Amino acid sequence: MRIGIDVGGTNTDAVLMDGSAVLAEIKTSTTSDVTSGVVAALRGLAKGATFSPADIQAVMIGTTHFTNAIVEARRLAPTAVIRLGLPATKALPPMVDWPDRLRSAIGDHGYLCHGGNEFDGRVISDLRPDEVKRVADAIGAAGVRSVAISSVFSPVSADFEMQAADIVAEVLPDVHLSLSHQIGRIGLLERENATIVNACLRDLADTIVDAFTSALTTVGISAPLYLSQNDGTLMDVEFTRKYPVATFASGPTNSMRGAALLSGLSDCAVVDIGGTTSDVGMLTRGFPREAATEVDIGGVRSNFRMPDVLSVGIGGGSRVRGDSDPAIGPDSVGHELTERALVFGGDTLTATDIVVAAGHADIGDASLVRHLDPRLVTAAIERIAHDVAEIVDRMRTSADPVPVVIVGGGSVLIPDALPGFAEVHRPDHFAVANAIGAAIAQVGGEVDRIFAIGRQSRDEVLDQAKAEAVDQAVAAGARPGSVQIVEVEEVPIAYLPGNAVRVRVKAVGDLEFAATGGAR
Amino acid sequence: MSVQITADRMADIARGAAILGTGGGGDPYIGRLLAEQAIRRHGPVTLVGLDEVPDDAVIVSVAMMGAPTVMVEKMPGGTEIQTALRAMHEVLGEEITHLSCIEAGGINSTIPFVAAAETGLPLLDADGMGRAFPELQMVLPTLAGVSTCPLALADEKGNSALLRTVDNRWAERFARSIAIDMGCRAMTLQYVLRGDQVREALVPGTLSLVERLGRVVREAHGRRDPVAAATEVLDGHLLFTGKITDVARRTTGGFARGTARLEGTGAYEGRTLELEFQNENLVARRDGVVVAGVPDLICVLNSDSGEPVTTEGLRYGFRVSVVGAPCDPRWRTPAGLDLVGPGYFGYDHGYVPVETSCAS
Repeated sequence: MRIGIDVGGTNTDAVLMDGSAVLAEIKTSTTSDVTSGVVAALRGLAKGATFSPADIQAVMIGTTHFTNAIVEARRLAPTAVIRLGLPATKALPPMVDWPDRLRSAIGDHGYLCHGGNEFDGRVISDLRPDEVKRVADAIGAAGVRSVAISSVFSPVSADFEMQAADIVAEVLPDVHLSLSHQIGRIGLLERENATIVNACLRDLADTIVDAFTSALTTVGISAPLYLSQNDGTLMDVEFTRKYPVATFASGPTNSMRGAALLSGLSDCAVVDIGGTTSDVGMLTRGFPREAATEVDIGGVRSNFRMPDVLSVGIGGGSRVRGDSDPAIGPDSVGHELTERALVFGGDTLTATDIVVAAGHADIGDASLVRHLDPRLVTAAIERIAHDVAEIVDRMRTSADPVPVVIVGGGSVLIPDALPGFAEVHRPDHFAVANAIGAAIAQVGGEVDRIFAIGRQSRDEVLDQAKAEAVDQAVAAGARPGSVQIVEVEEVPIAYLPGNAVRVRVKAVGDLEFAATGGAR
Repeated sequence: MSVQITADRMADIARGAAILGTGGGGDPYIGRLLAEQAIRRHGPVTLVGLDEVPDDAVIVSVAMMGAPTVMVEKMPGGTEIQTALRAMHEVLGEEITHLSCIEAGGINSTIPFVAAAETGLPLLDADGMGRAFPELQMVLPTLAGVSTCPLALADEKGNSALLRTVDNRWAERFARSIAIDMGCRAMTLQYVLRGDQVREALVPGTLSLVERLGRVVREAHGRRDPVAAATEVLDGHLLFTGKITDVARRTTGGFARGTARLEGTGAYEGRTLELEFQNENLVARRDGVVVAGVPDLICVLNSDSGEPVTTEGLRYGFRVSVVGAPCDPRWRTPAGLDLVGPGYFGYDHGYVPVETSCAS
């Protein structure tokens, strides 16, 4: 048996699962100390099903703590950035386009050093060990304990980043190091930004991981703990301490993966309807499609892999205005739904009131919305379905029919039919799809590099990339026989000579369970 | 009248340049950041109208040459323009007095602002195309008989190269291979013009036009239809409003070619539009009939926000509006059409000005 937990800003959801069967589910409130909310969820699960802590083989947690820390610019560690690339890149120094608030929250410690590579692996300038050592001394003197290192074209050649890391570690043995080639892709500023974001979360990662571990200890569970990454795979505790940025946007990913399991579909559109927004994503072979463009993390532009999610301001708490042609949202009463919605005796007409009036849901006191004009109710229901359908339509990549799975607490807003989509599913346990997604996550490995085809044949390049991805998945904890290649992408690089091609391969396998109750 | 361009105006200029880029020129983000940084460090850029340029002025155009993939990874060091200028001075033997922009689209419409801020030289409110085109020789100076050489290239290491070639084709060939050796990204100075040539060789007012375009789209947000606002500034015609239903791409000879199909919505319900592109948008066919084509401008805008959609950004499901706008009249001459007309891009239809096809 495994437990999946989703720790959101407002709610902590948990499920107990055996294989793909949901044995118990619970929704509790998230607490500011982290530990007690998770303990409450675990104890709540024990009320819904009989199990002993020793039956639990693994606990998977998805959390928004790290995203929120960046958005709120709180609990971030002072962080230094060393970029290797001089004399290139000086025109745009590190953190050049960051919001002032975030830049000052981590101290403005950017350093430019010699190093870096050309697109084809040639050296821009040699690394100067003395220069890096002087920078490390300055970082130490400033009392900074986390360092991000980036180098021009490090996805092509990572040597300089690793050499610089060795030098810094020698001078400052206790600092956390985050290297850009392990975090992002081509696009120096965006990759460096993601690396800095990771670096400034390292201390918080220790705090959060310790809080989760202590919650498990409190309820007597000694099974290994894993955290959800945004690509739908898991990372263990040690990896989480090093790469907290990998948790960003794991919430929508977990919802989509949970929806896939609940509906039995691996290729579909998923609509996750909450209190304020509806988030739409696409699943391909059971994994979320990734965003093709840069993503914004709290005002910082990054090219970190993220699920492609499109949101519309329609949720259970969305305000409804107008008569014959009503407008829904984008503002919402949010967590005040139970005070402000009409069905709870409040004075604000919300989307929830509309579905109760239409008889689609039994929430609060239906008599309080009996006075609503039936034409308004019908028009509002149609408007919601139309707006959500339009977002789903924007997300699809072809005109082929695509099934739609609707999950989340607000999924009652959508009738059983969605204009333009023949197949609409609303599976059981829809309200805890995110915790289910966390519980069923697998482990993966990924290779994303530019290869020069010519020295090696195309087949050799692809075979090499696939083998590396499989090895990485196994190293991350996948059972060797279960690893499969789930994605191969080849992108020819325009205007680059020598048939340079960017190859991205992703391998995924089932988590290898240690002996039941194994300690970690 | 000259205008001082401050860093806070670059966002509008970059957005407008992407609209005039007619789908090409790539993401203008890095170009905008570079210009903002250079202006903050060195002070505002003086933009001067063509009518203020003295006859004996010496003007060069500034542009980046290379792969967009490299531009986002190996960003400039900030000394490339000075290095190229030194090489240019040696052959010219006289001071360069003004800088110019060779194409109003993508990164090459913001790079001249970087150069102007760093050197303190005034920048002409003009460009060599009035839009963006995919190849180096597709500029009005070519029509005016101006050679691209002497052409200076420089990298961030302090290397520079100076080309003097028998024609612009050789210049393109040498420049391309030197740029590859420089790491697939080189700063170039080219098309030396005299003050008395600029009116013949450049399109006046394009940099203030791109700023105006970027501004009306931003200001329209939530107040009026941004597509209508952009169309008005472009003196253009709305060709279509609809949804992208198919995008087919192929990479041939280093160029990204492709076709997008749109199904009409609103006033265009039941109609279709086919858009062909090669880095930039080339031809728009409405219900099978050409309604706009090179060298006229075809701009694809997000129907809700008015933001430009690049050819790389075309995706199934996007709601877009397609606007056609007249090109500079010199492109409509027989020599202009030879260089950049439908025939050059492999089409057998004759050129019909966009305002003519929209009137019928």
